[in-house]
Amino acid sequence: MMGRNTIFWAVMAVFMSHSLIANAATAEEDLWSGLKQTYFGDREIHENADDVLILEAPTRAEDAAIVPISVKSVQPQTTERYIKNIHIIIDKNPMPYSANFHLSPTLGDIDIATRVRVDQYTDMRAIAEMNDGSLHMVSKFVKASGGCSAPAGKDMEAAMARLGKMQIRMREASIGETTKAQVVVSHPNNSGLQFDQKTRGYIPPHYVKEIVIDFADENLITLEAGISISEDPSIRFNFTPQKHGVLKAIVNDSKQMTYSMDKQI
Amino acid sequence: MRIFISFLSIMVSSSVFASSLQADSYKVKQVAEGIFYHQGSHEEADAENLGAIANVGFIIGEQCIAVIDSGGSFQEGKLLRKVIRQHSDLPICYVINTHVHPDHVLGNAAFNTDKPEFVGHEKLPAAMASRQQHFARQFSEILGDAYEGTEFIFIEAKTLVKVGSSLTLELGNRPLILTAFTTAHTDHDLTVYDEKTSTLWTGDLLFVERIPALDGSINGWIDALETLVECNAAMIVPGHGTAFTGEQSEGWQDLLRYLTTIREEIRVIINDMGTIEQAINSVGTQEAEKWKLFEEYHRRNITAAFVELEWE
Repeated sequence: MMGRNTIFWAVMAVFMSHSLIANAATAEEDLWSGLKQTYFGDREIHENADDVLILEAPTRAEDAAIVPISVKSVQPQTTERYIKNIHIIIDKNPMPYSANFHLSPTLGDIDIATRVRVDQYTDMRAIAEMNDGSLHMVSKFVKASGGCSAPAGKDMEAAMARLGKMQIRMREASIGETTKAQVVVSHPNNSGLQFDQKTRGYIPPHYVKEIVIDFADENLITLEAGISISEDPSIRFNFTPQKHGVLKAIVNDSKQMTYSMDKQI
Repeated sequence: MRIFISFLSIMVSSSVFASSLQADSYKVKQVAEGIFYHQGSHEEADAENLGAIANVGFIIGEQCIAVIDSGGSFQEGKLLRKVIRQHSDLPICYVINTHVHPDHVLGNAAFNTDKPEFVGHEKLPAAMASRQQHFARQFSEILGDAYEGTEFIFIEAKTLVKVGSSLTLELGNRPLILTAFTTAHTDHDLTVYDEKTSTLWTGDLLFVERIPALDGSINGWIDALETLVECNAAMIVPGHGTAFTGEQSEGWQDLLRYLTTIREEIRVIINDMGTIEQAINSVGTQEAEKWKLFEEYHRRNITAAFVELEWE
């Protein structure tokens, strides 16, 4: 049975799968060109912009619900030339436009980390928008996790019980020295895409829309976010306090609830 | 033409790589009088192993039979049903789902003709609803033909087991005690205890040989394991790996050691303002040789534990 015919069809099968892969690649490009048009219109985007920023993401999403990513600038921010916004796009997520970090020119070197949901093989993009309006993109391909990892919450009851609880985590800061800080808020960040068997309806979305981080009454980072951000949204960032002041984080969610926390530096 | 050729190529590939798991090789093992299990392979689910990677089985009473976990695909569910019929003609009155992970519940629909009562943890329906779409998309791809016929079956309120009040199922001179746990391996773990032979079926609260997959709470899981060890059951059927007798404690100890080790190491990193990535690179690497599929699940366990322990 394993005669010439089998070999012929095996070759055909290989041939076919190649053409399927080629088709798939085209589909991904089509997907991105549609997204690009939606979010940026006809604006030019410089691709492979590793002279402007670096996107770090694992090659495989180990836990579909919590994928740590980070973006770093290659040049420090100056008042003359700085990254005004970093847009994060995860092509195949239900809401591809995942985050927009508005950044202050006083941040120095940008080094920002957050956690996102990735439930299928996808391209992920970070697009730096400079103060002159130019756009610079880097991208990574992220494989989906295997097995039973779903982008669902692990313990919704525990998440709701500590809803709005916040942390500002950092080491003792010294004036004039760059320090790392992390703002994290306990929030289910519900997508609204989950069906509730009991009510026969979709669970209404309840997610963090915005996290504002100010130091000494000046804005450092404002994150506009959505359902691609993991449960318990977290922003980790570098900044350099030049004087004593209050580091303040304010979180606004889609149900018009506000949570905030201060830390004296 | 293109469709025709790709159809042929599917035919060729399925005849060349015919599934290795067939009815005659699907064997169950008796661990105590009337209690049988099929030991899942320590692999990721795929079309060839039909998703039969978890321990599934059945308990035969004087009046009827309870199935404990139905398999990782509709096909495995059918194989399990066939094996049950080789051992007994009694009706299948219960299909118990220890939790909602696909390797334990995708065979449910294979028992529909028996009209059993499906039984699970009170939080199982919500957990299934929130994962259903994702599992359907992912596992219809992974399992191919073996997935055909799969249904996500939602358990009725009367057979949901509440935390804090166990449920007893009577199979005819054979009571089974079902206990619902607070968040541990998942937020809806259920154990089954057969009083007659002192056999404890743990579901995925216990992994033996195969690396555990944390989808709940590391603190809760450690607590649950400590409770289960205290049961002093005579025979233990874990969710994955070989069943063992009460005198052998390695099964419990290995998992407890893994979870407590990574918990301690992650706490140190969190207290030092470290990141998930740092934890993934350094925590628990000494455990690598001790577990099957370590590479596939360890980093994920670290990630899940990290975001939990951040709130301590």
